[in-house]
Amino acid sequence: MAAKSYSNPIVKWIEYRLPIFSFLDHELNEYPTPKNLNYWWNFGSLAGIVLVIMILTGIVLAMSYTPHVDYAFESVERIMRDVNYGWLLRYIHMNGGSMFFIIVYIHLFRGMYYGSYKAPRELLWIIGVVILLAMMATAFMGYVLPWGQMSFWAATVITNLFSAVPLVGESIVTWLWGGFSVDNPTLNRFFSLHYLLPFVIFALVFVHLWALHVHKSNNPVGVDIKGPQDTIPFHPYYTIKDTFGLGVFMIFFMFFVFFAPNFFGEPDNYIKANPLVTPSHIVPEWYFLPYYAILRAITFDIWFVPAKLIGVVAMFGSILILLFLPWLDRSRVRSATFRPVYKQVFWVFVVDCFILGWVGANTPDAEFHGVKMLWIGQAATFYYFFHIVILIPLISVMETPKALPASISQAVTPGGKS
Amino acid sequence: MTGTRKRRALALAVAVALALAAGAAMAAEGSKPPEQKWSFDGLFGTYDRAAAQRGFLVYNTVCAACHGLSLVAYRNLAGVGFKEEEIKAIAAAKEVPDGPNDQGEMFARPGRPADRFARPFANDNAARAANNGALPPDLSLITKARKGGADYLYALLTGYKEPPTGMTMMEGMQYNAYFPGNQIAMLPPLAEGGVEYADGTKATVQQMAHDVSTFLTWAAEPEMEERKRMGVKVLLFLIVLTAMLYAMKRQIWTDVH
Repeated sequence: MAAKSYSNPIVKWIEYRLPIFSFLDHELNEYPTPKNLNYWWNFGSLAGIVLVIMILTGIVLAMSYTPHVDYAFESVERIMRDVNYGWLLRYIHMNGGSMFFIIVYIHLFRGMYYGSYKAPRELLWIIGVVILLAMMATAFMGYVLPWGQMSFWAATVITNLFSAVPLVGESIVTWLWGGFSVDNPTLNRFFSLHYLLPFVIFALVFVHLWALHVHKSNNPVGVDIKGPQDTIPFHPYYTIKDTFGLGVFMIFFMFFVFFAPNFFGEPDNYIKANPLVTPSHIVPEWYFLPYYAILRAITFDIWFVPAKLIGVVAMFGSILILLFLPWLDRSRVRSATFRPVYKQVFWVFVVDCFILGWVGANTPDAEFHGVKMLWIGQAATFYYFFHIVILIPLISVMETPKALPASISQAVTPGGKS
Repeated sequence: MTGTRKRRALALAVAVALALAAGAAMAAEGSKPPEQKWSFDGLFGTYDRAAAQRGFLVYNTVCAACHGLSLVAYRNLAGVGFKEEEIKAIAAAKEVPDGPNDQGEMFARPGRPADRFARPFANDNAARAANNGALPPDLSLITKARKGGADYLYALLTGYKEPPTGMTMMEGMQYNAYFPGNQIAMLPPLAEGGVEYADGTKATVQQMAHDVSTFLTWAAEPEMEERKRMGVKVLLFLIVLTAMLYAMKRQIWTDVH
């Protein structure tokens, strides 16, 4: 941190005791950033902004929400009908959840395409996966709070998954519920945790950024920063680029908030939870559909291990396995731009994830041109793990990458300094 | 990186987001009720006040015998253009439970604009007892709680038919093409001339179904008009702002290379 002199005496006084001004200057202003970042690099800052939007709207919503099975549904409707701009706050928060996942999934695929998880950014990636897990827990519990039919039955289905744990499964479920079914104690603790976890995520985001700022951003050619000719200061170049991206995103986001606020939701969640009536088919929110497909794809026992347990392990495993990605991929070349084979299977993997989502939205018995959804789900699940466990390591060893540019600067400007 | 490549990347980002959205839409299923023309369709849609008021009459005369509207208060009726005096009269015509009084007793009194719509039954069990075991759902959110919304409601209300040959109906059930399972406990609620419209509109089944669907859509989304009005302004503002930000971005980045 270069010693900077400030003329304002108050700034000077504070700076001497807590060097916050030079810190901000260093991390947000002069922070050297690769000059070749494309628009896929917008999604990190977008995710951070959506997190803040979610926390702010959530805090205000909590002021008018009642976490009790008899009042939760009605209190949400009071927010919609009687609280000033309550409908706006709630629709922002509700659609914000979907937006958060759209952004984070793009951010994650960006990292996979450009090899952002590779040395020395392994921990950065791992923290990111932990953030994703925390987000999923938060989103799941948030979905329960309006206490509609899908809230209740999603909570029942998901918490019941823990009963697959051998020996202590049933006890764990009772412990999670705080009783013998999803009921008031469950709703209370979900509200408490739904309020807590976003702040945990916020802290994790700081650690994520801390790790990011040590080795700086990866970039589309995946070559290390070799000197000042490869970088530009974060401000004003990326502040304006991120702000422009934010504008585009807000147009997308606000369209749903104002004109199709229930697009991502299930109509059943506007029916108050009723433990005696099971909806005809229980589906999770769209961002969980791929995992739901993986869970339901396992319909067979292996030896003495019951199908349900394997399904649950496969579902959680589909995310946890990402933690090992930095070591599964042996290639030293980061960017898929220079990896002709990996580049192609990457897109197959993306399509596979969409197929899983589509299967998750349908009942396993449904048919697609005579092919049972279950079989499509099983094939897609197989490919998901096959891609990560077999294809990635194999390709990383066998593939001949294209020649890398000598530097970022050379890649960006033909004939530029290397 | 060239400008075209950047643009292509951006277009791809939008495409992925839209594809994700389409995935969510595919979660919906079942035979679709035919689409109707509604005053509240589209970016600038508003509730046809006359239709909504006629729809209230249908609800009040027909549906309210079995279906509650417990999330709506009489005062809210101002949202479909009822005058204060009319609202007071509508509320006063209903009996609402209140109490306990000084003697510790519950009592009934005429409704006030601040009251929620009076419930047709004291509780769900009473509702079932009076309806052959079936529970008439509360209609406050009905258009949001059913796939197809107002289209579904209209199709259901006009969808009573003779059961197809070979189909055995359970006792007391009616055949309805749009109800899941096709067997519904509700008797055909609308009959030609079932209500008398003050504005002289002919009370056909289709007309009443259309009107009451408009009214119930308003009951489910009373904020819709304000929402869409604000949305148009917000989007226009964002589009102009984003265009300016793009120009600034181009300007600032000119010296990079």
